[in-house]
Amino acid sequence: MVALAETEASSLRVREVSKSFPAPDDPFTRRQALSDISLSIAAGELVSLIGPSGCGKSTLLRLIAGLDFADSGDLLIGSEPISEPGAERGLVFQDPNLFPWLTVRRNIEAGLVARGVLREKRNEVDEFMRLVALEAFGDAYPHHLSGGMAQRVALARALINHPKVLLLDEPLGALDAFTRMRMQDEVLRLWQTRRTTILFVTHDIDEAIYMSDRIMIMTQPPGRIDQTIANTLPRPRDRSSPEFLRLRGNILELLHFAGNAPAANST
Amino acid sequence: MQLAVPVATLITFGIHLLFSKNAPPLETHSYMLLFWEILGVSIVLAIAQSFWPALRRWMRHMWPIFTAAILFLGVWDVITLGFHLLPLPYFPGPAAVLRSLISDRALLLDSTWHSLALLLSGYTLGVIVGLVSGVCIGWSTSVRYWGMPLLKVVGPIPATAWIPLAMVVSPSTIVSAAGLIALAVWFPVTMLTASGISNTRASYLDVARTLGAGRAYLIFRVAIPAAVPNIFIGLFMGLGASFLTLVVAESVGVKSGLGWYVSWAQGWAEYGKVFAALIIMAGFFSTLMTLLFKIRDRMLVWQKGIIKW
Repeated sequence: MVALAETEASSLRVREVSKSFPAPDDPFTRRQALSDISLSIAAGELVSLIGPSGCGKSTLLRLIAGLDFADSGDLLIGSEPISEPGAERGLVFQDPNLFPWLTVRRNIEAGLVARGVLREKRNEVDEFMRLVALEAFGDAYPHHLSGGMAQRVALARALINHPKVLLLDEPLGALDAFTRMRMQDEVLRLWQTRRTTILFVTHDIDEAIYMSDRIMIMTQPPGRIDQTIANTLPRPRDRSSPEFLRLRGNILELLHFAGNAPAANST
Repeated sequence: MQLAVPVATLITFGIHLLFSKNAPPLETHSYMLLFWEILGVSIVLAIAQSFWPALRRWMRHMWPIFTAAILFLGVWDVITLGFHLLPLPYFPGPAAVLRSLISDRALLLDSTWHSLALLLSGYTLGVIVGLVSGVCIGWSTSVRYWGMPLLKVVGPIPATAWIPLAMVVSPSTIVSAAGLIALAVWFPVTMLTASGISNTRASYLDVARTLGAGRAYLIFRVAIPAAVPNIFIGLFMGLGASFLTLVVAESVGVKSGLGWYVSWAQGWAEYGKVFAALIIMAGFFSTLMTLLFKIRDRMLVWQKGIIKW
């Protein structure tokens, strides 16, 4: 798996990227947020990035999105270096960040309007509203939506630009456990129908195992990628199968959370 | 309950009859007529509401206020015409005010029209300039660096304090008055627009950029819509300031409008007319406020359910 990802088919490559920020209490020292991060993701792959809060997962995602700049190292989409935000890298945050002054339909259209292609692609709006099963809510305003619905709108809004890579920054982190499991299936369905490359940041080990082809474990700080684990469990995955639990135990051990027996209900 | 208004009308009517025996009949005639009309309409409504539920709900809501307003007229009659508790000629009774309102209606209407034209031209100019300068100051750090100190120093000066200068600088008092109103409106609109724009949630801008947005989209489709609630606060503050500036400008320089009418009537000691003009102003200004509220409700319909209005 890792070897395959290094080939030319790779769609996202991060090479020895470092990033530091000024310390909040002392402007003359800089705090290292990421140190020599390298990773690469093949086209169509779904890769999870897990690690404790504050280990730099979101920083890395912002660099890939082009919202921040790395101190050193290269970030590439295909063979193009990333220099600014662009529609080919969609980003969905934990907070759906829907524009509250726009209806659901207008939110989904936003990417088309921003790129000035609404007229040619207007018919796609209906398609994406159907894709996330929100046809009936086109005229609703965001605050009328539940958390899961709002996040589906955010996904549709990112997907309508046909991004090469979809960056998901703990997108399901604010949802209750049941909605969360349903939305995991929803994201998987979107991924399987559209074959978009997905980099999925989460701090939920079960979520990472359930969803991804590979799991990258980050440690803190400064953030480094400690381990990459190939996840070859057959899909659809069974959250309670022995293989699932064994993988979970391994990861907990890598993160130094494991007790003597694999913990059953910690996340 | 439904009879509260007719009963209040009869009480006030009785008070008036009691005290107006030695008043000239000309003065009370139209006031009496008004009472008969209120009485008639309220009785018709009281009957109609038993067949019409929507009317009944409206009446249940409005009736206490109407009743109180009519009783207020009675109290006014008692303290003016009745016991002369307030000095004449400064505080005429309601009948005298109504008579002034009717007899001078042509001039009052003309004054209202002039005030409206002056107010709207000044307000519109102030809002347009205020929105543009507010967006520039809120969006661009270099414009903020130079613009903010100017805004903070010049803005708080009450627009009316410029009157002596404005009258000298401008060729016509109307133009200078419109400029002063614009200045009074400009400050709050700029201030609130700028703060709304610069406080746009960074994540909205981030999301828009990852959707492929350029600068025009970020300003016109993210920052400005996000600032609209703030902008409306500025528009309301500006409207209040514009009323004040209008009336002051009209009473010291401009030779038309309601502000001018009030000081003119005062010069002739016709206080009935002063009160008549005040009543017109109350209706005029509150109508404009209500109109602005309606526009806001329409534009901020997306906020319904987020915040309490």
